[in-house]
Amino acid sequence: MSTAVILAAVMLAALVIYSLFGGPDYGAGFWDLMCSGPRRQDQRDLIASAIQPVWEANHIWLILVVVLTFSGFPAVFSWISLGLAVPIFLILLGIVLRGSSYVFRAYFTGSIRTQLFCGKIFSISSSITPLFLGIVIGAISSDAVIVKDGVSENGFLGTWFHPFPLIVGMLSLSLFAYLSACYLTIETNDASLQNDFRNRALTSGLASIIFAVLTYVVAGNSARPIRDGLSRVPYVWLIELGAVIAVLVAFHALWSRRYLRARMAAAAQVALIVTGWGVAQYPCLVRPELTIFNSAAPSNILSDLEIAVAVGALVLIPSLILLLSVFKTQRKSISAVADTTLD
Amino acid sequence: MDNFIAARSQMGMSLAFHIVFATIGVSLPLMMTIAEWRWRSTGDPAYLVLAKRWAKGTTILFAVGAISGTVLSFELGLLWPRFMQYAGAVIGMPFSLEGFAFFTEAIFLGIYLYGWNRVPGWFHLLSGIIVAISGILSAIFVTLVNGWMNTPTGFEIVAGKFENIHPFVAMSNPAGIPEAIHMVLAAYTAAGFATAGIHGWLLLRRGRNRFDEVAIGIALLVGGAAVLLQSVSGDALARMVAAKQPMKLASLEGQFQTETGAPFRIGGLPFPDERETKFAIEIPHGLSLLSFHSPNALIKGLDQEPESDWPNVRMVHICFQIMVGCGSLLSLFAVAAGWLSWKKRSLINHPRFLKALVFVSPLGFVALEAGWMVTELGRQPWIIYHLMRTKDAVTSMPNVTITFLAMTAVYVILGTIVVWLLSRHLIAAPEGKQLAHQGVL
Repeated sequence: MSTAVILAAVMLAALVIYSLFGGPDYGAGFWDLMCSGPRRQDQRDLIASAIQPVWEANHIWLILVVVLTFSGFPAVFSWISLGLAVPIFLILLGIVLRGSSYVFRAYFTGSIRTQLFCGKIFSISSSITPLFLGIVIGAISSDAVIVKDGVSENGFLGTWFHPFPLIVGMLSLSLFAYLSACYLTIETNDASLQNDFRNRALTSGLASIIFAVLTYVVAGNSARPIRDGLSRVPYVWLIELGAVIAVLVAFHALWSRRYLRARMAAAAQVALIVTGWGVAQYPCLVRPELTIFNSAAPSNILSDLEIAVAVGALVLIPSLILLLSVFKTQRKSISAVADTTLD
Repeated sequence: MDNFIAARSQMGMSLAFHIVFATIGVSLPLMMTIAEWRWRSTGDPAYLVLAKRWAKGTTILFAVGAISGTVLSFELGLLWPRFMQYAGAVIGMPFSLEGFAFFTEAIFLGIYLYGWNRVPGWFHLLSGIIVAISGILSAIFVTLVNGWMNTPTGFEIVAGKFENIHPFVAMSNPAGIPEAIHMVLAAYTAAGFATAGIHGWLLLRRGRNRFDEVAIGIALLVGGAAVLLQSVSGDALARMVAAKQPMKLASLEGQFQTETGAPFRIGGLPFPDERETKFAIEIPHGLSLLSFHSPNALIKGLDQEPESDWPNVRMVHICFQIMVGCGSLLSLFAVAAGWLSWKKRSLINHPRFLKALVFVSPLGFVALEAGWMVTELGRQPWIIYHLMRTKDAVTSMPNVTITFLAMTAVYVILGTIVVWLLSRHLIAAPEGKQLAHQGVL
């Protein structure tokens, strides 16, 4: 296996981890927008307490993907930045607004109206970011992003403003929302709150299946190669099969209120879908022109980067295990201690 | 606004904010670790309150730094796609390493925040030290990239493309380490003096209290030690610039003519049309002496380069003067404070001292921003020194003005929130019971 393929695999892995850890944070923001019913405030409080400790640290995964892209596949980064400048700018706007409004709301104890206003901005920007992340994924999977001599051939809207990327955007938003709802069911012991988020998980899970099917259908018109990729690449059917099994397990577990199992199956489902996309996209990075091979930096750089990633992982994995072992005790007591130590 | 100017403004604005967030985020962990160490060795609860406050500040700045750092990593491509296309592979390594340093910081910050009662004391202190070190490493890695843009190494140009790239050689470019050390010390200076100044002001308002006193003690120690070391690091950096980027030195100094035994100018205003810097106090042979440690060394002037390739000499010179001026004032203050506190121990409660402290406290940040302007404006019109012009790297996307204005508005909001949060959670007077019973914390 060439160094370029290994680096691309590392990037895909980082993207999967970002979807699993960062995704639910965005999804939680989406549910914040949708809070309703008699337990509205309780739902909001649950969301706030679930995302508090991790906060914005999950963006590190996204930064890792970006950095590895421009170091390992500079042309890819350059093309995406130009052709998809509009959605990327909206992603950034979403990230900054979300972060600021969340911090502000979390620490602001003044008027309820200001808090609600910040909450609105928080939840809207939380929804914008995954939508446009999905749009970027959709756009580089369809044959729209082409840059010649520093000029985007399809302009700045034509690259992404058509059905396929938009539906992929909706797919990613619904998947993050689904994932988040599944995660939230086990963040509380209150049965009625659990039930609220279980119903939401079922609804958003269903929505994500509909969008997944739609993606496949629309791909027939505008993103034929990636659709073919789903059947052409060897063993991709194993991933598809795994995803289908995960969907069935997750829905069954949600239906029978086995929340821990639902959470794990939902995570597996999302991980398999992102992986499946990556495998189907192979060997392209930006369809139709840029592939892993024709856009890669020289192989000595790629192997240096991989060594750096490996050394980094050697430091990080034991530290992460240490962190988790320090907090093996129940989550509840963590947030209790955190509250007292922080004030 | 012209697209090119808008792109430069947006990048400059994002960096100007990020540099403040990152600076505080790099310095607070050191101060919080010192405070915890003092608490563990003296048992004085004021230190514990302080360590926890500064830990909270670190958390806030860490999160905000993560946000503004994410924005910057994308903006590199959004605004300068051609730069990234050609140079991405060369400068990717320090950025990747920075990612890992940042990650380590996140993990140990987690242990630090939530581990007060869960891990042994020595290990908690060690986690604080690791947070402080990984913060420094992040700052160093990022500054190495800026160093590379000033003194690019680690590649060959073959047919207009970068070939034979060696990422680690690129990382160890001549400007990198001197710049990085200068940056880290600047961070400690700026945040140390600003923190000391804020507590000085509070001490004047709230009257004598242990909390503000110990805060000033630690912050001033960090800021004062850093600013004194800064003169050594500034000298090393200036000699590097003199050797590797003579034109940059010439514009810092407003040196239009090539001459031996060039004077060092204090103040003054360059007039590029007349090829002269007027109204400056000139120290004969000063510049030659400082740059090459030899009174008659030859200093190349701007006349060595076509005027179209000059940076904005007036701006660069003014910013440089501001940086050096603020640094000198702070050094003077640090020396005086050190001397006085050695002579007379109760200095910290002397109103005149506190007023002077409040007066000089913002100068660290002024010097930091001015210094950043010097290095960025002084490199113009090049994005990669003598290799790629900034205007050739800019995006072809129209209407950058809109994104510039939108991002500026968003950053202003973010900045306001940070200031508000810090004022609310870091410097508010601790309640009596917090100081009396540690258990309540």
